[in-house]
Amino acid sequence: MARISASVYTSHVPAIGAALDLGKSAEPYWQAVFKGYDFSKQWLKDQKPDVIFLVYNDHANAFSLDVIPTFAIGTAPEFTPADEGWGPRPVPKVIGHPKLAAHIAQSVIQDDFDLTIVNKMDVDHGLTVPLSLMCGQPQAWPCPVIPFAVNVVQYPAPSGRRCYMLGKAIRKAIETYDEPLNVQIWGTGGMSHQLQGPRAGLINKEFDNAFLDRLISDPEGLSRMPHIDYVREAGSEGIELVMWLIARGAMNDVNGGKQTSLRHRFYHVPASNTAVGHLILENN
Amino acid sequence: MSLEKPYTDVPGTTIFDADMSRQGYHLNQFCMSLMKAENRARFKANERAYLDEWPMSEEQKQAVLARDLNRCIELGGNIYFLAKIGATDGKSFQQMAGSMSGMSEEQYRDMMAGGGRSVEGNRYIGEKK
Repeated sequence: MARISASVYTSHVPAIGAALDLGKSAEPYWQAVFKGYDFSKQWLKDQKPDVIFLVYNDHANAFSLDVIPTFAIGTAPEFTPADEGWGPRPVPKVIGHPKLAAHIAQSVIQDDFDLTIVNKMDVDHGLTVPLSLMCGQPQAWPCPVIPFAVNVVQYPAPSGRRCYMLGKAIRKAIETYDEPLNVQIWGTGGMSHQLQGPRAGLINKEFDNAFLDRLISDPEGLSRMPHIDYVREAGSEGIELVMWLIARGAMNDVNGGKQTSLRHRFYHVPASNTAVGHLILENN
Repeated sequence: MSLEKPYTDVPGTTIFDADMSRQGYHLNQFCMSLMKAENRARFKANERAYLDEWPMSEEQKQAVLARDLNRCIELGGNIYFLAKIGATDGKSFQQMAGSMSGMSEEQYRDMMAGGGRSVEGNRYIGEKK
């Protein structure tokens, strides 16, 4: 049977992708960000996952205002990096895992989470920047990726609680898949940031670090935090952090299993307008 | 009974909810059209004529022409859509965000490098700093 071996959490700031793509990663400003991922790159090579289930949000690229799915699972064989207006990122195509994705869709929908199934979509920086941070600049990504897009652009995003419970349903789905696959689940976005209005540039280190603490040790309680707390404390775009709860809900310790191990923790301000947070949790 | 909107008392912040989305639909879809290189070229060649192809309000068109992103947001624009205008103009996300804060590009960049805008005094409208 397939199993979830670990979860990874990271911000997905577009400027990080631009820094890599434009050869600026050696600059001190960006080194301060990338050094937080040195451990993670080696860790990912050692872990050799078969599939990454990657929770992220689209930023008005695959989805316009014509259709706004709250939860969308990518079931295609491959996904092309989107042209977000600056031209597509020069990164490898994302290879999907249609068979596992279809299995997860069927299981999770029958578990009362009404996913939208997407057989054709481009993937934007929300998905490719986490891959770049964790893999560097390879010719091909190390394994297939199932894109899982969450609406956090038009309010309301799904609640933290809903995301957390969805993570549990995704775990159940993966564990009933017949092949012995090593699956990782990644939750991306955040941390505190606001990109709009006179309050643009908001950063809240205390909130972010408390969020990291609670994600590790009190995800159940954290999942009950209302939207307004994210907006007020972490900025209007900080609400992306609800996506981390999907990955967290899929881990062993919150599903009657053994304690998870914290393998890595990193926090840095700023990357462009945003606070960068990163965690790796391993199942035992 | 009306819906509860607890986010209307957050200073300097417009939450892009279903109401705003309804008002900004054509404005945001115009922005989406700028993802295509040929549309960016047509827009740059004659902004007013390109905008007139869209059923946007005159206020929305004026806000786009003036690159007044705060006004665009007030009229239903969403930052991820408005970013396509910035991309067309060759501006970074940081330049766009900074332009809404009333600070110069350099002031904004320095604020971010110094740890960003503090949440203290920025949680509620009218709160004492």
